[in-house]
Amino acid sequence: MNSAEQTARAAMSETLPGLSTPVWQHHHVLDLDDFSREEIDLVMETAEAMAEVLQREVKRVPALRGKTVVTMFYEPSTRTRASFELAAKSLSADTISLDATRSSVTKGESLLDTLRTIQALGADIIVMRHQYSGAPYIAARHISASIINAGDGWHAHPSQALLDIYTIRRHLGDLADRKVVIIGDIMHSRVARSNIWGMTTMGARVVLCGPPTLLPPGLKEFISRFWPAQVTVETEIEKAIKDADVVMPLRLQLERQQSGLIPSIREYIRLYQLNEDRLALAKPYALVMHPGPMNEGIEISPAVAQSTQSVIEEQVTNGVAVRMALLYLVAGRKNN
Amino acid sequence: MAKLLIHGGHIIDPSQHLDITGDVLIKDGKIVSVGDTRNTALHDADIILDASGMVVSPGFIDLHCHLRQPGFEDAETIATGTLAAARGGFTTVCCMPNTYPPLDDRASVDYVKQLAAAEGYVRVLPVGCITKGRRGAELVEMDELARAGVIGFSDDGEPVASTRTMRLAMEYASRLGLPIIEHCEDKGLSQGGVMNEGWVSARLGLRGIPAAAEEIMVARDINLAALTGCRLHIAHVSTAGSVKLIRDAKKKDIPVTAEVTPHHLLLTEERVMGKTTGSNTLAFYDTSAKVNPPLRTCTDIKALVEGIKDGTIDAIATDHAPHTLVDKLCEFDVAAFGISGLETAFGCLMSLVHNKQINLMVLISQLTCKPARIIGTKYGELGTLKTGTPADITLFDPNREWLVDSSNFASKGKNTPFDGELLKGKVMVTIVQGEIVHKDEDIRVKRRSRA
Repeated sequence: MNSAEQTARAAMSETLPGLSTPVWQHHHVLDLDDFSREEIDLVMETAEAMAEVLQREVKRVPALRGKTVVTMFYEPSTRTRASFELAAKSLSADTISLDATRSSVTKGESLLDTLRTIQALGADIIVMRHQYSGAPYIAARHISASIINAGDGWHAHPSQALLDIYTIRRHLGDLADRKVVIIGDIMHSRVARSNIWGMTTMGARVVLCGPPTLLPPGLKEFISRFWPAQVTVETEIEKAIKDADVVMPLRLQLERQQSGLIPSIREYIRLYQLNEDRLALAKPYALVMHPGPMNEGIEISPAVAQSTQSVIEEQVTNGVAVRMALLYLVAGRKNN
Repeated sequence: MAKLLIHGGHIIDPSQHLDITGDVLIKDGKIVSVGDTRNTALHDADIILDASGMVVSPGFIDLHCHLRQPGFEDAETIATGTLAAARGGFTTVCCMPNTYPPLDDRASVDYVKQLAAAEGYVRVLPVGCITKGRRGAELVEMDELARAGVIGFSDDGEPVASTRTMRLAMEYASRLGLPIIEHCEDKGLSQGGVMNEGWVSARLGLRGIPAAAEEIMVARDINLAALTGCRLHIAHVSTAGSVKLIRDAKKKDIPVTAEVTPHHLLLTEERVMGKTTGSNTLAFYDTSAKVNPPLRTCTDIKALVEGIKDGTIDAIATDHAPHTLVDKLCEFDVAAFGISGLETAFGCLMSLVHNKQINLMVLISQLTCKPARIIGTKYGELGTLKTGTPADITLFDPNREWLVDSSNFASKGKNTPFDGELLKGKVMVTIVQGEIVHKDEDIRVKRRSRA
């Protein structure tokens, strides 16, 4: 156990002294582009302590007693929302769940009005999912409560990337020099963007693979500015997967065909579906991951999704521990 | 009417290649003499403005602004917009027709002119629509609008999508001698885009507007100008590719002119990530930098400056686009496009002079005689200090530093990416037809009381 982990575990005791950690600086969690390796390590170690809590008979600690966590989802979501709510409850926070897809928000209330109202109700942490990239940033600039980004448009999904990193670490030890291949609709994927930041910070090499129409324009320059040696783009799936340690197909939204980005689902399956033959090109122990929800039979074959290499369900389980860690660290940041 | 003497200023008038120290004498709203008037005028003037340390320039002309009235008075009115213009040194502004109702008939144009006459601080010259309701289908009654006084036609913001309709508009307008002013954007290509397409849009997960969306339209319209002989004015050029297309067209004597905005000359796409462009991620998605055409890249800026220097670009126009706080304080995708630019334009542009990218004479010509040429002489000769012309004059201190504070803007639109910037170069006095419409608080005016 290293010192960060000790700190994390010590803070988990019933009395919760001080609630401060030396490395942690984040009042908000918006993306992983401003996370250092030490900070990600701290999340991982804290999440391990949380996972231990989730193994107990009574899966609850009083770490966030008296704190109010509001989940505010402008987009339908099942797993992320349930995961955050379960995480908050396991830390004994009061939780309010606000479905912004059907409330006064749809009557034209502005984002900031809604947020201010929630803040006035006493929210300490707002977990926010929004269909527009950057919405949590606008929130964070005008709201004193902590904002945790639970997915904004095409931009970022930091808690997902952290749980992906956590899951990889549990199986492969660490990410240094590991080859992670993300396949599919990179353009519209907040999971891909956050994972690029997080996984490269942890030392992994990332290969982005998809049809040219589903790679964001400007991607190559973006990569060359930040990770010229660590991130590559490859449109041929076989080349991309070769010797991979982790293979992560992304959900293909069926409307991508209607909007002309791909000719047909059939051709997409033929070119980019992760099937057994293609998975065989990766390292024998390679992990199969998916941020969900899956379209089995489209971006991933059912055989691969259910294979022994698949850790997709475990990702969901790990998500609760990682989100508990985030809530805990954000709530415990010294007010200064 | 009183005699006004501007005394001892550095007079720069590109229309006459004038660069001297001396006086300007104004009487009855017109310029009476320029140069050495010490012997007579000093004793004779009713009002004396001490212009020492200041540059005396023809009043600035803005070919492109949005005054929002009628229809969007919560964002701007003709009164507030023209006061902002006066503070920015602009004595003439051309207002775009995307009001509600749009300026597509005589009554609307007359209404704007009436309001401007009653409440405006500076000269307002309306631009009329190209098509009814800016819908891109039926042409407006162009001759009628020309008689009402429009200085050109534009569906600004809603570029005419149909090439045939654009051809017909240009053919029809050609007999009037007025330009078609085009916001060049292939909306089929830029669809839903909210910033420049490039590495920043890739990083932020925002839909981009590629440079090609502008350049395709510039190329199309240049071809139509060649085909019809109609004057074409390209609004707010933002890309290196557009500059090249316009340069080549001018070489072939195609009747095309172009303008560029201060923000496209000074800011890049990275400004969307905040002032520190990336080092403080909390500042990301800054809607004050959301503008259409979007802020581009360093390469584009270089080409735009080059275009100014070699005459490819004819004018600097603000594209002043005021918006309410509500329309900007929201999600980036939802926020309105536009920058409130009248009050910061000159101070921003002076940085190009201080950095020695362009010289002061060139900058002033881009703000005065060159845009005046595009407007024509329907309203008298503008953008000059020639004797007998309307006394529209701007006095500025090229070295005075000032802090941009949008809360003090005359404009209702506080939406600016330059808020908090320290600018060097300040408009001190603005005179329209011999009347002082704006005066900095530090300016001393001597009034002679007559016995």
